[in-house]
Amino acid sequence: MTPEELKGLLLVSSIKIGVVFAVIMIGVIMIIWVERRGSALLQDRLGPNRVGPLGLLQNVADGLKNFTKEEVMPLQADPVIFVMAPMMSFVAAMLLFAVVPFAAPLPPFDVTLPLIGHVVHEGPVAMVIANLPVGFLFILAVSSIAVYGIVLAGWSSNSKYAFLGALRASAQMISYEIPLAMSLVVVLLLAGNVPLGDIIAFQQQTTWFVFAATLSWLLFHVATFAETNRMPFDLAEAEAELVAGFHTEYSSMKFAMFFIAEYTGLITMSALIATLFFGGWDIPFTTWDEQEATNWSFGTLFRVGMTNLFFIGKTFFFAWVYIWVRWTVPRFRFDQVMHLGWKILLPISLGYIVVMASAVLVLERLGMVHDWKYGMALFAVNVPLVALCVFGLDRDRLLLGARLRSQAET
Amino acid sequence: MSETRSVELSVGTTGIDEHGRPVTIPLGVRTGSAEVEHEPELGSEHMLINIGPQHPATHGVLRLVVELDGEVVVRVVPHIGYLHSGFEKLGEYRHYNQLIPLTDRMDYLAPMSNNVGLALAAEKLMGIDITERCKVLRVIACEMSRIISHLVWLGTTAIDMGAFTPFLWLFQEREHVYNLQEAWTGARLTTTLTRVGGLMADIPDGFEDELRAWCRKFPKTLDEVDKLLTRNALWCGRTQGIGILTAEEAINFSLSGPMLRASGVPYDVRKDLPYLDYETYDFEVPIGENGDVYDRYLVRFEEIRQSIRILEQALDRLPDGPINVDDPRVILPDKRDAMNDMEAMIFHFKQVMEGIEAPVGEAYFPIEGPKGELGYYFVSDGTAKPVRWRVRPAAFINLASLPKMAEGHLLSDLIAINASVDIVMGEVDR
Repeated sequence: MTPEELKGLLLVSSIKIGVVFAVIMIGVIMIIWVERRGSALLQDRLGPNRVGPLGLLQNVADGLKNFTKEEVMPLQADPVIFVMAPMMSFVAAMLLFAVVPFAAPLPPFDVTLPLIGHVVHEGPVAMVIANLPVGFLFILAVSSIAVYGIVLAGWSSNSKYAFLGALRASAQMISYEIPLAMSLVVVLLLAGNVPLGDIIAFQQQTTWFVFAATLSWLLFHVATFAETNRMPFDLAEAEAELVAGFHTEYSSMKFAMFFIAEYTGLITMSALIATLFFGGWDIPFTTWDEQEATNWSFGTLFRVGMTNLFFIGKTFFFAWVYIWVRWTVPRFRFDQVMHLGWKILLPISLGYIVVMASAVLVLERLGMVHDWKYGMALFAVNVPLVALCVFGLDRDRLLLGARLRSQAET
Repeated sequence: MSETRSVELSVGTTGIDEHGRPVTIPLGVRTGSAEVEHEPELGSEHMLINIGPQHPATHGVLRLVVELDGEVVVRVVPHIGYLHSGFEKLGEYRHYNQLIPLTDRMDYLAPMSNNVGLALAAEKLMGIDITERCKVLRVIACEMSRIISHLVWLGTTAIDMGAFTPFLWLFQEREHVYNLQEAWTGARLTTTLTRVGGLMADIPDGFEDELRAWCRKFPKTLDEVDKLLTRNALWCGRTQGIGILTAEEAINFSLSGPMLRASGVPYDVRKDLPYLDYETYDFEVPIGENGDVYDRYLVRFEEIRQSIRILEQALDRLPDGPINVDDPRVILPDKRDAMNDMEAMIFHFKQVMEGIEAPVGEAYFPIEGPKGELGYYFVSDGTAKPVRWRVRPAAFINLASLPKMAEGHLLSDLIAINASVDIVMGEVDR
């Protein structure tokens, strides 16, 4: 690598990191606004509407307030871990976005800039901070780290409510990591590789994985609800039971970091669903967005902009789904969550891997090329499976209705 | 050298450690570097946790000391009295009409129904027959109270289970009733609607139309909440089979109201000991089968619908006429008369200064309050103040069954069960 190329890589990476960080932080503020105004919409009230137009600046004001609040630390808290826990949550949540591609690649460049000098970038500039070869495995790994932040927060607070919340969070997140990962095995089977860029390319070639691996999407979506600690899985916070769960004892900016981490997780998970199952930045029914970027023309830039808009749109839609669900349903009970994770989602995902592996093998043997017919053939396999799961599963059994439990005991 | 203020700890432990010293926990900010000498030893492997008196799910200032084995509730000890106001003792120094403001503050979610109960008990003691219009208006007051009380119950229970949205929908409907209440009595919470022998005021102009319009509109919101919860798998999973009380247990615990009826006992004071001509109204009393939280939910839900039916019938039959009995010893004379007419002025003076004298004797009058059988008991020695005033608060007696229901369930279920009791601490503590 020549010095020019190194400079080019550093330049591009630092710009991408800066932009993505800023966009996520603004996105968090926006999504909190959407959550508050959206819940107000669902609940027939106004929501915050005083600070800025339509209350848009309410969260900025709240953030400022959090900065100026006193930091309260419980007397018997473990001071080191107590301070470290929100950082861990925050960093883990922020890291996740590093591997998510957010637009079509930019063309290569070879320019001389003031101050920096001659910089070169060979090959298209992928619109992702780190195009890691380990792809979504990185996401699974880092999202597991996020649970440490919660567990340590609950443990170090030396509060019983926080402790119970942390216990619940750890048990819940461990049990949902597995269906989460298992549901992605099918994606791996189809795409044959783990980097998210390859997965998007494969979806462009065939169909979105929401068709080719519908059940996988459903499992993944449910598991991400648990992974992000959102309703109906917000047992770790469970306001009515544990006051505020693991962050009961946190105040001011330390609390705000958990808050930001939660919503960053929300955005990242939405982006992941969009990327893994809904084509990422792919614009449906067209192929012009998939052309190789070769020169710096208006068309190329327009294409990158449009794909980015589509990515943001898809992400926003799934973020809205999270919000929508949160304000609609009641909360699970702890044992129901474990039951759902271990006894429903895990067997389904394992069985689904077997079925899909067979289906992929059969299609390979039939010599099907990877085009839209390939995706539709897999969709035909998926439809009865989804129907079976959605309608076949007894709701009482799904939720371990306590009535059945008491019947079993007698 | 540490400056640690301490407070004595008594959460179900003996409060004494092995050295015979009182167990303390530090309070406030520590200066210096001294370590905390001893953490309170709270039993073996079980964890003792305080839910309340300040907690999002205890509906007031109920304090539950819960012994947990993991997440399983081993023991629940409800601690009450944080809102004790000594109403019953205060009542011994008040005229009968002066008791009515105290009843506002008992079950503050359904004040008008309390007012009616007290007035009925006093009238029974004194042998007063109220007017027809007053009876119907009191029925309207009772049923409005029942609806808003159940609405609060439904909303807060939904919040306890994590469903936030029904709460706000229902509170918006409750707001309409509160507006009507305000128009009628001038107050939203402390209504003090009734007087012995009548009412404090007749309904204002337009009240009937407003209430009728609300009765037509309100079931739509109810249906929406019904759709959101009743067949929701999560809701069913959280409520079915939780906190079961059999009919026998319910009777043994002396439960009343929806708690009792959810266990399958068809006892409703409005049907069994009718007052205010409730026997002439056409309404059903919903009965549960399993006595679990879900059945209590269904029973209360259906009671709201039945209350609307009663309200509509009451509005249809509302007769003209006076709201107060024609007895100057009981009812204050008109202000203008009191200022101009000698006799009226004397009656006014005697009532304000001496109160209404009740005959020697005792009287107990139960009504079907929103929480259950709400009874007022008076012992009179012939003066204008009761010698003993006793309230049978439904919520207090219902609350006694909480440990029985909750033990063995999970912590989350404890919250659901506690919500299903429908307590109002003002009434429990009095």
